[in-house]
Amino acid sequence: MMQYFHSVKLNVKKCIGCTICIKHCPTEAIRVHDGKAAIMDERCIDCGECIKSCPHHAKYAHSDTLKKLSEYKYNIALPDPSFFGQFKEGENIEDILQAFLHIGFDEVFEVSLAAEIVAYIVSQKLRSSKIKKPIFSTSCPAVLRLMQIKFPGLLEQTTQVLSPMEIAARIAKDEAVKKTGIAYDEIGAIFISPCPAKVTEARQPITTKHSAVNGVIGAHLIYRDIIKNLHKGPVDQEAQAQQRSLHKATKKGMSWGYLTGEPQSIEVGTTLAVSGVQNVMSLLEEIERGELQDVDFIEMKVCDAGCVGGPLNIQNSFVGRVHLRGLIARAGGQPSYYSEEELRDMYGKGHFESTEPILPRPIMTLDEDVAMALVKMERLDQITKELPGLDCGACGCPSCRALAEDIIRGTAFETDCVIKLRDRIKILAQEILYLARIVPPSMAADHPEKKEGA
Amino acid sequence: MAASDASTPQITLEFPIEEKDFFMAGESASRVKKILQQLGLGQDIIRRVAIIIYEAAMNVAIHGSHGQLEVHVDPVAIYVKTADEGAGIPDIELAMSEGFSTASDEIREMGFGAGMGLPNIKKNSDDLSVESKINEGTLLRATVYLNSVPSP
Repeated sequence: MMQYFHSVKLNVKKCIGCTICIKHCPTEAIRVHDGKAAIMDERCIDCGECIKSCPHHAKYAHSDTLKKLSEYKYNIALPDPSFFGQFKEGENIEDILQAFLHIGFDEVFEVSLAAEIVAYIVSQKLRSSKIKKPIFSTSCPAVLRLMQIKFPGLLEQTTQVLSPMEIAARIAKDEAVKKTGIAYDEIGAIFISPCPAKVTEARQPITTKHSAVNGVIGAHLIYRDIIKNLHKGPVDQEAQAQQRSLHKATKKGMSWGYLTGEPQSIEVGTTLAVSGVQNVMSLLEEIERGELQDVDFIEMKVCDAGCVGGPLNIQNSFVGRVHLRGLIARAGGQPSYYSEEELRDMYGKGHFESTEPILPRPIMTLDEDVAMALVKMERLDQITKELPGLDCGACGCPSCRALAEDIIRGTAFETDCVIKLRDRIKILAQEILYLARIVPPSMAADHPEKKEGA
Repeated sequence: MAASDASTPQITLEFPIEEKDFFMAGESASRVKKILQQLGLGQDIIRRVAIIIYEAAMNVAIHGSHGQLEVHVDPVAIYVKTADEGAGIPDIELAMSEGFSTASDEIREMGFGAGMGLPNIKKNSDDLSVESKINEGTLLRATVYLNSVPSP
């Protein structure tokens, strides 16, 4: 069986076994056992809903730290578009990018710039009438993993393009090799991530065999270092002399940090943008039934308001979006870094197409044999009917139905249900009471019934 | 409904549908979809059944005053049945043609009633029968066989 890597982890010390997270998990991947939350590896999509919902901050995303930089000769920071929404109003993008060079990076490459390439490729694909519509963005890996489990029938309608993160890493490393002569393997591409899903995507990518991203640092882990190093000016004098600007992305790519950024930059056909894991699921249900065939492209993000709402970002998602919008507006309309010709060339060569098919992961199936699965389903329905239907979570499962499923799978017992257990105790108590009232003949004088009769 | 004795594994799901209860159509389709996924059925079959359920339940919500959706699954097929106490269909053949609709303007303004319901059900089922009596109601039975060949 395949080993799954997950970036979402549990801090056992902080977990009090309260069952809040199990209710928020869209794939019902968490159970509370022995007073601690346990994540089922094969079900987890690393969306981070449990990180957001845990009041005790017991869930966290495992990511790299700045120490990772010591493993490479030359390091390139790849900040996510949403990262720029984390700063106070009045900051400018160039200053933020310069700060990366002050904390140990040798180069910065905006993922926003790669997003512009993806936008171009997708717009070209939409112009061809051959594809089945609507097509779905592949930029949110948590959405892709959700589709693998719950909406496998729609996987073929994804754009089949690599993510902006992946493309950014490839271009930045190729450029660095040319510029410095350092070997490709000695160059580290470090993504600055808003979410655990992208940490996982770099380690265990879905759309390509091996990711060019060498490390991922959570936005929350690097934020303070960046803040402290703002406004220090250019690091190297040579760059200053050449007035080299690190900021190359335009509004098109930068707006990928918040919801609606993708459709706005693709500029072709009828588009739709949806965020929040529940909203994504209900929209996918509709599309699965054949609705929305007149829509060409759909952006989907599991986080509210898009990547600015990522669990590793610092600001509230709405504040982050306002800041990012302000930043983009102030940056003005600089011309696109890549010419139309260069973009056409990149699309034509097909280097940025995904190389792996996104395969279904039918982990919800009760049994491989349909007849056997039906037998189990009959039992499952029966058990569900007998459970109280409170969905209280005290058994450690997200719902009564989920407990019934676990019982069928052999990982739980009916008496895990506190209500069921209480019923059993009640029956037992009545029996004990009955036994207690039976008095042996030698003590008959004390027998209440006898007294009455006397 | 297929004759199946007590030893054949089978499940039945029932959903009441009231007039203009448009949410029930989507909800019942997604609940059945989840169950069919757990049974390990093919994506094409699940998609077709979800469409049939949604459209059939929608028809009850739009045209029937009160009705019931029943989904029965055994190792041979999935049987979808809707029964309603509605206006009935005067000309079933006409109702089966794409674009024909008797839905009210109100329903159309809500984005439904485009006359694709029954044709869509027909396209996605292996067997379909519709019986209807004016002012009494309509009985629809659609079957999708588990071994049916995927539709293009």
